[in-house]
Amino acid sequence: MTRRSLITVGVLVLALITAWSALYTVGMTEQVIITQFGQPIGNAVTEAGLHVKVPFTQEANYFEKRWLEWNGNANQVPTRDKKYIGVETYARWRIADPLLFFQRLRDEQRAQSRLDDIIDGETRNVIAGHNLIEVVRTTNRSFEKAEEAEDVMEAEAMREVELGRDKITRLILERVSKVVPDYGIELVDVQIKRVNYIESVQTKVFERMISERKRIADRHRSEGQGKSAEIRGKKERELKVIESEAYRKSQEIMGKGDAEATAIYAAAYNRNRELYKFVKTMETYRATVDKESWLVLSTSADAFRYLQSSAAPAGAGKATK
Amino acid sequence: MANRGAEFDPEEFKRYAREAGERLRESRKLLFGIILGVLALITLWSAYYQVEPDEVAMVTRFGRWVRTSSPGPHAKLPFGIERAQKVPTQRQLKQEYGFRTTLAAIQSAKHQTDETKAEALMLTGDLNVATVEWIVQYKISEPDKYLFKLRDVEDTLRLMSEATMRSVVGDHSVTELLTVGREAIAAHAKELLSAMCKRYDNGISIQQLILQNVDPPEPVRPSFNDVNQAIQERERAINEAWTEYNREVPRARGLAEQKIQAAEGYAVERVNRAKGDAQRFVALEEEYRKAPEVTRTRLYLETLASALPQAGKKLIFDEKAKGILPLFPLGPMQQEARP
Repeated sequence: MTRRSLITVGVLVLALITAWSALYTVGMTEQVIITQFGQPIGNAVTEAGLHVKVPFTQEANYFEKRWLEWNGNANQVPTRDKKYIGVETYARWRIADPLLFFQRLRDEQRAQSRLDDIIDGETRNVIAGHNLIEVVRTTNRSFEKAEEAEDVMEAEAMREVELGRDKITRLILERVSKVVPDYGIELVDVQIKRVNYIESVQTKVFERMISERKRIADRHRSEGQGKSAEIRGKKERELKVIESEAYRKSQEIMGKGDAEATAIYAAAYNRNRELYKFVKTMETYRATVDKESWLVLSTSADAFRYLQSSAAPAGAGKATK
Repeated sequence: MANRGAEFDPEEFKRYAREAGERLRESRKLLFGIILGVLALITLWSAYYQVEPDEVAMVTRFGRWVRTSSPGPHAKLPFGIERAQKVPTQRQLKQEYGFRTTLAAIQSAKHQTDETKAEALMLTGDLNVATVEWIVQYKISEPDKYLFKLRDVEDTLRLMSEATMRSVVGDHSVTELLTVGREAIAAHAKELLSAMCKRYDNGISIQQLILQNVDPPEPVRPSFNDVNQAIQERERAINEAWTEYNREVPRARGLAEQKIQAAEGYAVERVNRAKGDAQRFVALEEEYRKAPEVTRTRLYLETLASALPQAGKKLIFDEKAKGILPLFPLGPMQQEARP
């Protein structure tokens, strides 16, 4: 009884160990290569779930099925137009052929370092073969001209883009994609994450930006002065026009009045010129003689004729001031 | 042991042995019970899981995805046969670029490091430099893709977002970026990022992409402000000139009108006076014609009668009497006569 139960327990334990070694699970994110004494057997197992292999002699090697990361370092690269820039790229890749991947690289770490070499290298090559503007811009869309923009633009920034950022990254992707299938890798995407000027260039760019802004500011200021002078000039002109017009009109009107009055006077006085002369002279006498006047009158004057005698006619009064 | 020190009693020993045996049996039963209980607890523990209201759970059996469970308490096969991975599908998730919110409160605290500054620094299409801060709000819309398609979805999203923002900003001038282009840039970047998520098939849907601070880089900022100031100055100069214009020109128009009106008044006055004078003269003339001699004398004498009393000094002399003139000191007379 005890002997038999001991055997039973032994068999059970053995069976368990065997089962443990024969069964393996594959997750949704995994794929497995079965190796026997280190030698790969059959195709990769990509179906998720519970699987069976030959126990003890066969081994399950797990690989990722998901897209994997690759983040490049900041590369200092001169562009074709000799601009030194720092370019950071990232890529996503997957193990497309786990068997090949297993044979060539064995693990992800080695894959990463291989990708470093390949992607960084191709990035350098492609960037160095193109102008900076090709890496920065995607299309040739023309900028919306805010009132001050046009004439401060750098000549190189105005250059037409032949490829643009999208096509450049596609170019890198294509070139890398020619190489990596040898390692069982598929490169799913490469993107340029950052493009920056290197420190010393950046200082220069800042200086340029400052001088550009200064130019714009100066133009605004002088434009303001110009416009305000223009308005003042307009004002002066209008003032002169208004004033002279008013002068002309008023003189015209007064002249007309004078003329009409003259005509009326002439018409009336022409009836008897002698009488007019006389009446006017009389008025003048009245107006001229005042307290300050000395009258030196001769007795021969008409008015005093009768002081000497009450007869004889004719003579003229004379008033002097 | 009641009989310690007493001699050996086999009967008592047997009793003891039996009792010990019984006790052992009992304690084994107890142990078995405890083990069973613990086992049951572990089973329960590993079979039970709860899904929060904003999550779903992806359940895999032996690594294979078998079902998705909605919020609430659930049971699964124990001992790791089934595993549940929770994914917050209802939660609004957020990533920040160019800054990090360290304390989200009524007065949120932000902070910036060298890394976030590097995130924000980018080249514009006219080869200038600007710093752009933005946030991306997203949801996990397809938890299976989110879990099983990419290994580091969140980190990848960061990279995707940086790349797209730079490509959009790279197609705009710095002036557009800082002024009129903001909304268009955010909209375009969101569109591109959404398309990229679709292409990567990462189970994420982009809800919002919002630009935060967009500035020229620190050393250049004062000169950008100076441009704004210059614009203000220009507007002010123009406004001042217009003010002056508006102050003076209408006034001059009024004065001109006044001058013309006055002239018209003058003209009318002149004509009326002329008419009056003429009428008067005509009337006189008509009467004069009837008796010229008398009228003439009358007019003359009337004039003298009113004019002579006005004179201050009167001197009447006979023409025949000579030598009177030297009696007058001419000096003072001349002085008085010429004012």
